[in-house]
Amino acid sequence: MTDTRTISEPKPKGRAAQWLAMLWADKFAFFAALFLLIAVLCAIFGPMLLGDLATKQNLRGRNAAPFDLERGWVFFLGADALGRPLLARIIVAAQNTLMVAAGAVFFSAIIGCGLGLVAGYSRKRSAQWIMRLGDVIMSFPSLLLAVIVLYMLEPSIANIVLVLAITRIPIYLRTTRAETLEVRERMFVQAAKVMGASHKRIVFRHILPVVFPTLVTIATLDFAFVMLAESSLSFLGIGIQAPDITWGLMVSQGRPYLTNAWWLSFWPGLAIILTTLSLNLLSNWLRIALDPTQRWRLEMGGRKNG
Amino acid sequence: MADHLLEVRDLSVEFHTVAGTVKAVQNVSWHLDRGETLAILGESGSGKSVSASAVMNLIDMPPGKITSGTILLNGRDMLSMTAEERRRVNGAKIAMIFQDPLAHLNPVYTVGWQIAEMVTTHGGARAKADARALELLRRVGVPEPEVAMRKYPHQFSGGQRQRLMIAMALACKPDILIADEPTTALDVTVQAQVLELLQELQQETGMGLLLITHDLGVVAEIADRVVVMNGGCIVETGDAAAVYANPQHPYTRKLIDAAPGKGAMPEERDRSGQPLLLAQNLQKHYGGFHALKGVNLTIMPGETVAVVGESGSGKSTLARAILRLDDPDAGRVMYQGRDLMAMTPRELFGCRRDLQMVFQDPTQSLNPRMTVYQLISEAWVIHPEILPKNQWRDRVAELLVKVGLRADMAGRYPHQFSGGQRQRIAIARALAMEPKLIVCDEAVSALDVSIQAQVIELLDGLRREFGLSYLFIAHDLPVVRDFADRVIVMKAGQIVEEGSVRQIFEDPREPYTRALLAASLDPDPQVQAARRTARQEEGLIPA
Amino acid sequence: MNSFIGKRALASAVSLVGLVILVFFLSRLTGDPTNLYLPLDATTEMRDQFRELHGFNDPLIVQFGRYVGDLLQGNFGDSIRQARPAMDVVLEAFGWTLTLAVITMSLVTAAAIVIGSLAAFKVGGVFDRIATFFSLVGASAPDFWIAIVAIVVFAVNLHWLPTSGTGSVWHWILPVAVLFIRPFGLILQVVRGSMITVLGSAYVKTARAKGVRTRPIIFVHGLRNAMLPVITVIGDQAAAILNGAVVIETIFGFPGIGKLMIDSILLRDFAVVLAAIMVSALAIFLMNLLIDIAYAILDPRIRY
Repeated sequence: MTDTRTISEPKPKGRAAQWLAMLWADKFAFFAALFLLIAVLCAIFGPMLLGDLATKQNLRGRNAAPFDLERGWVFFLGADALGRPLLARIIVAAQNTLMVAAGAVFFSAIIGCGLGLVAGYSRKRSAQWIMRLGDVIMSFPSLLLAVIVLYMLEPSIANIVLVLAITRIPIYLRTTRAETLEVRERMFVQAAKVMGASHKRIVFRHILPVVFPTLVTIATLDFAFVMLAESSLSFLGIGIQAPDITWGLMVSQGRPYLTNAWWLSFWPGLAIILTTLSLNLLSNWLRIALDPTQRWRLEMGGRKNG
Repeated sequence: MADHLLEVRDLSVEFHTVAGTVKAVQNVSWHLDRGETLAILGESGSGKSVSASAVMNLIDMPPGKITSGTILLNGRDMLSMTAEERRRVNGAKIAMIFQDPLAHLNPVYTVGWQIAEMVTTHGGARAKADARALELLRRVGVPEPEVAMRKYPHQFSGGQRQRLMIAMALACKPDILIADEPTTALDVTVQAQVLELLQELQQETGMGLLLITHDLGVVAEIADRVVVMNGGCIVETGDAAAVYANPQHPYTRKLIDAAPGKGAMPEERDRSGQPLLLAQNLQKHYGGFHALKGVNLTIMPGETVAVVGESGSGKSTLARAILRLDDPDAGRVMYQGRDLMAMTPRELFGCRRDLQMVFQDPTQSLNPRMTVYQLISEAWVIHPEILPKNQWRDRVAELLVKVGLRADMAGRYPHQFSGGQRQRIAIARALAMEPKLIVCDEAVSALDVSIQAQVIELLDGLRREFGLSYLFIAHDLPVVRDFADRVIVMKAGQIVEEGSVRQIFEDPREPYTRALLAASLDPDPQVQAARRTARQEEGLIPA
Repeated sequence: MNSFIGKRALASAVSLVGLVILVFFLSRLTGDPTNLYLPLDATTEMRDQFRELHGFNDPLIVQFGRYVGDLLQGNFGDSIRQARPAMDVVLEAFGWTLTLAVITMSLVTAAAIVIGSLAAFKVGGVFDRIATFFSLVGASAPDFWIAIVAIVVFAVNLHWLPTSGTGSVWHWILPVAVLFIRPFGLILQVVRGSMITVLGSAYVKTARAKGVRTRPIIFVHGLRNAMLPVITVIGDQAAAILNGAVVIETIFGFPGIGKLMIDSILLRDFAVVLAAIMVSALAIFLMNLLIDIAYAILDPRIRY
């Protein structure tokens, strides 16, 4: 394994440090990443640590107002209609909310990208059928799909992931195909052909790495979109069902109490908006950071403004 | 002292970039008088365009700033003018044309509108502007000017578009015309026509012409005086003929020596025996366009065959057809006696490593997301029989040194190199296959003259070392003169003339070959003046 | 051009046929609507009668055959819920949604183009930073959350605006304002990005060398070129509203196609669902055609 040895490493810093420096160069993206890190930590450890607290009903504390530290820090954001602490519930709900979005993005990206590569690279009839399939999915009402799946299968988290994943496939399919169509005509792909590279090698070594950053950027944006979509479904009552909770469901559950207890809907909504905003900011940063010809903007920014 | 028409004094400009502050030009001074042509000569990165941008107030993007100096227009300091005054000068007093007219004309407006806009911007009435636009189109020789008025830039050829740019620039009868590499992307015969047009127009209007170029031939053809720039500084300035005849600065000397087409031509070779590659009656259609009309070609082992032709001649299609990147519609390509067209994918795969290609633009032909090591060693990933894996490192290092790079560059990405270095990487990649034949598709066209000379020298050395054959595609005759054994001249998908390099250059038989030779520019102003006279007498290039 | 429209229409028709078949069969999988319409204590006879009336007793394939047969005669079936032709119900709702989409998207487009162009002119300036920040927040906001917060603030607390309905101009303000936010954020970002690219282009440099004034450089030379990628995004966003802004329509009690859709799906009013899908598909096809025409008008290089 001699090729793991590098002949020269011009930068003394390690890879991670380099990325961190580039992140620091864009303050918005840095705080976005920090926020997302906290959200992910909440999602991983929240249910473990606060699971019981978040479901314990306390009828005397119904709709308790926020910013009151007398009952303890978990009641800082107030309590819901059953007296459960909102802060704890938001932290616990992070798990479902993020897991649903991550799962949906992961599966739709893998399937969409795979189909897109086939549709873009092969000139066969199958490419046409894949695109038509994309059109059908695109125009299939996602609400109907949700109702169908929830009726036929259980209204479980896995099935919500399934619904959302299916509806998002066309995004990746179209992007990957469009990029593949363009990249396959580029000179370095021609050069690989002259060397006798196999189709597999051309697709995975030459086309995919060029398409990949775009996909990552889109996936980041789409993560935000899927979160919003899941929230909407839960809000309409055809998504996650109680006692499972997501932020979207919490907004929906708080709606009847809007006039006297605004905080029930407000805080989970704020959690959604902050997460999606962070994702958008991070996506903007990724677009630059993943492009070797643009990256210098961040590398320079770090030195000059940091 | 009478004021010059335009004078730049001690100009220094800085740009703020990744690597900190770059001094683009330092203490540059030159002047331009009415009716004269001044050429600023330099290679890429020499800062030759910067002072012109400063004159046009076009240097705010990327962030750059003028740190010292003055620019005097008829004795008036332009740098102390208000932005509105500068705007009024642009177009009206000083106009500018650029290298790539397709990119520099707005794609969504008609040509007539864009030319007329120059007049209306500077206070002319609409109707008058349209009349002026029509008059100009007629003057610069665009066919059917009334129809052309309503057409869009993409509907014209490259040479026509440069005529449109010229028409636009002259709309307000400026005192000065700045031409930034006006003929670089054009075919040689078209280049000659455009330069001739510029000269005629200058004589008619008496304007001062500032020509920015990298090409000694253009200087020889058109310039009265020349300013030679290197690394942001002026290294030499003077009368164009005098500078060529008696260059003072070593850089100027190097530049003149690098100009192609002066070395000894190779002797004719023995062409008996089995050819390495033989193409017969190649045909290719793209839709209704007949790109190759029955082309035959023979390459002997160790031989360099050049294919020369202008854009649309089918020379690149020929290269792609031979390598089966685009299968031809008809014809045979015999490689060492076996038909490439009839091969199974497996047999073809076996031949791939013998036939390699170096593309025109190394920026595009190298995968931007692979390191140099990955790029070169990919050859052995695909053809593992060439080299065992434990030798890859050393071999990459060896190849990099062979093409004039350093072994420690293997970990870098293509965008960290200059254009010439990238082309060396592409050559190293081709060599990694240990090929018998390398097809060079305009492989040196995008490079600076001095780099061009080095790359050709490199290719020539490799040929001697490894007994390589080359199929060398080019649009310019002088480039192939010192390098090729045989020359094939193509036009409109057909071979016009074929012969040894000596025969083509010394005794061209076909009028088209003679026209190509006559149109290519010699770096020597005296030779060029003689050619110009001969050309006008023979009428080889219709204006 | 004609053959291009033909090809597009054919592709869309293929997709639509596939979609209708898929929706027809899949929606039947969500169960029998009988229980949703008849009282809990309804007798078996009443149930059978209901099924017979709506043809739910036949095998699925027979039902489908009948549906296609009716379709070919221009009959889209009847709404169970409203007991009148499904197409009438759908067209009525679609009229409302179309109005909503046109109003919202006109405002979004105008605002995003002006603000985006000005932001692009001085990248990194104060105006640019503010515009970029608000566009990002806008693009990130969950619309149902904005909607309920807006209701609390403007309707419940301030009593400025009505919460739901379509009776007067005042009724439209909240739905339009809430629907405005996300597309505005997205389109503003695209305008800005596209404009930055265009303002750095060679032909803008030429315009500056010609001495063209700043305003025509942005709005004459720049904008027309910068609009090309923008139009696509405008189309996508308009399509999203035309497909039914379900949540917003639900929250504001707006009788549009989105609310009709969710109500019909939940009540298994299949004929209405199918008719709504077909109307939306046609609307989106026409809109895409409009966008292609806009492309061809803006950019003479595009010929179909």
